Amino acid sequence: MSIISPGFGGRRRSSQPDLPPGQYLTHDFPVLSAGPTPRIPLDRWQFTVTDETGAKHSWSWQEFQALPAEDVTVDIHCVTKWSKLGTTWRGVSIDTLFENIETTADYTMVHGYGGYTTNVPLEDLLDGKAWVAYQFDGEPLAPEHGGPARLVVPHLYFWKSAKWVNGIEMLQQDEPGFWEEAGYHMYGDPWREQRYQGD
Amino acid sequence: MTNRRLTWRAAVLEAARQETPSARTLVLRVPDWPGHLSGQHVDVRLTAPDGYSAQRSYSIASAWQDGGTVELTVQRVEDGEVSSYLTDDLQVGQPLELRGPVGGWFVWRNAPPPVLLVAGGSGVVPLMAMIRARGDVRGRQPFRLIYSVRTPQDALYVNELARRVRDDPGLDVRFVYTRKAPDGWPDPPGRLTVATINTYGWPPDFAPDVFVCGPTSFVEAAADILVALGHDPKKIRTERFGGTS
Amino acid sequence: MSEHELDGNAMAGDLREVFAVDVTTAVATCGGCGEPSVVARLRVWGPAPGLVARCPSCDDVVLRLVRGPERAWLDLRGAVSLQVAMPPLSTVAEG
Repeated sequence: MSIISPGFGGRRRSSQPDLPPGQYLTHDFPVLSAGPTPRIPLDRWQFTVTDETGAKHSWSWQEFQALPAEDVTVDIHCVTKWSKLGTTWRGVSIDTLFENIETTADYTMVHGYGGYTTNVPLEDLLDGKAWVAYQFDGEPLAPEHGGPARLVVPHLYFWKSAKWVNGIEMLQQDEPGFWEEAGYHMYGDPWREQRYQGD
Repeated sequence: MTNRRLTWRAAVLEAARQETPSARTLVLRVPDWPGHLSGQHVDVRLTAPDGYSAQRSYSIASAWQDGGTVELTVQRVEDGEVSSYLTDDLQVGQPLELRGPVGGWFVWRNAPPPVLLVAGGSGVVPLMAMIRARGDVRGRQPFRLIYSVRTPQDALYVNELARRVRDDPGLDVRFVYTRKAPDGWPDPPGRLTVATINTYGWPPDFAPDVFVCGPTSFVEAAADILVALGHDPKKIRTERFGGTS
Repeated sequence: MSEHELDGNAMAGDLREVFAVDVTTAVATCGGCGEPSVVARLRVWGPAPGLVARCPSCDDVVLRLVRGPERAWLDLRGAVSLQVAMPPLSTVAEG
């Protein structure tokens, strides 16, 4: 039994019926981090897809910027119970990055600068479901929100949208990433409220 | 200290004091409180009518006396949903959930060595608990507090500190103003310096117990100065708090 | 340096929920660089989605603590050992 504090918390968020179960609407953009914010000079930034044979496909920042970009407006849902509706991002679709990659692997590990990892099935990254985004709200993505670039997979809880993303590694079998090792759900569907292992 | 599993307790706000325009001391009555050491903290949990809940950690400001209350001094943080509720909305007589006391490292246990306290902003709160605990037991250990604040208006416990400097033998307090100093203050406003700690702290030879509390950047700067002056890093205890509350 | 960085002191409540003793005074030896550190001195980020405690010497993750509604996960794979101060062994009275 919790003690209810009348008047607490109403200023920043509200419940809305069309949110995933247990979520609350927020109007700001909370910053959650698991370590120091990496500062990555753009001339050293690199994004690498490693297939199951170990073959690497890499893009420099300049090459990445030359790829066709998309503007997307999506709702995002954080496992810490805030949701943010209608966020606007600009970035490169994962479909574009995989145009010339042949793979039979079904799973991926997404890597970020600073050592963060999170596992996402490949089919959840393809067919217009995920982007490597470098702009938020029309501005370059701030370091605390994952800049220069972060993964955006809006249909899964937002811990899957790895900040400071720098690569995707193809895996034949599903393996847990940073938070999945420590109790969070392997898949993380907000509409099925898959927050923790076994949910 | 008991070794029972830690549980949430219902505390009631018995009284409140406005310390500065943005800081408020909550005087809480906590049933079956086991007592606490100065420097320990508590976790506070707030739950909204729609079930949303948030938890924060606060240092205890008061020294424990049997049958007494537990005081927390809360600094309102810009956009801080918990701190702003505690400073602006919580009314005397209302309950809140509290768990503690916790933390056995950043504590003062009435030991013989001289003590140097270095506070940045509301980092003074657990250090004030140490000063109060020493006062309660009429401790003779020399205590020095170096207290860095932005402006004179931001300083907590000003009157009580002045009274204790007068009445508690062997207690000294030195303020450092980083943005605006009072009229006639000898030093221009600025960050804590090697010279200040060297002048108003204890020489490393005295092997003081050092407690530093404040925002992360302040704690790291102060600890670096202390080590550079020759203090044993093992004697320097630090507690840092993040930017959100 | 992050604005949101804390230290091991901030984990005291959540750890005390799991352990009967105060683990913030224990010494954790980092699995990355082998440096021992009092848990209270670890650099901590959190509390959400979980507490992440890193070695002050090398920044490797030493401890992760995730608190679900009815479960807690404590991941210590980044620590070689955790040395906990205990009360002295008392002489067992012989009956």
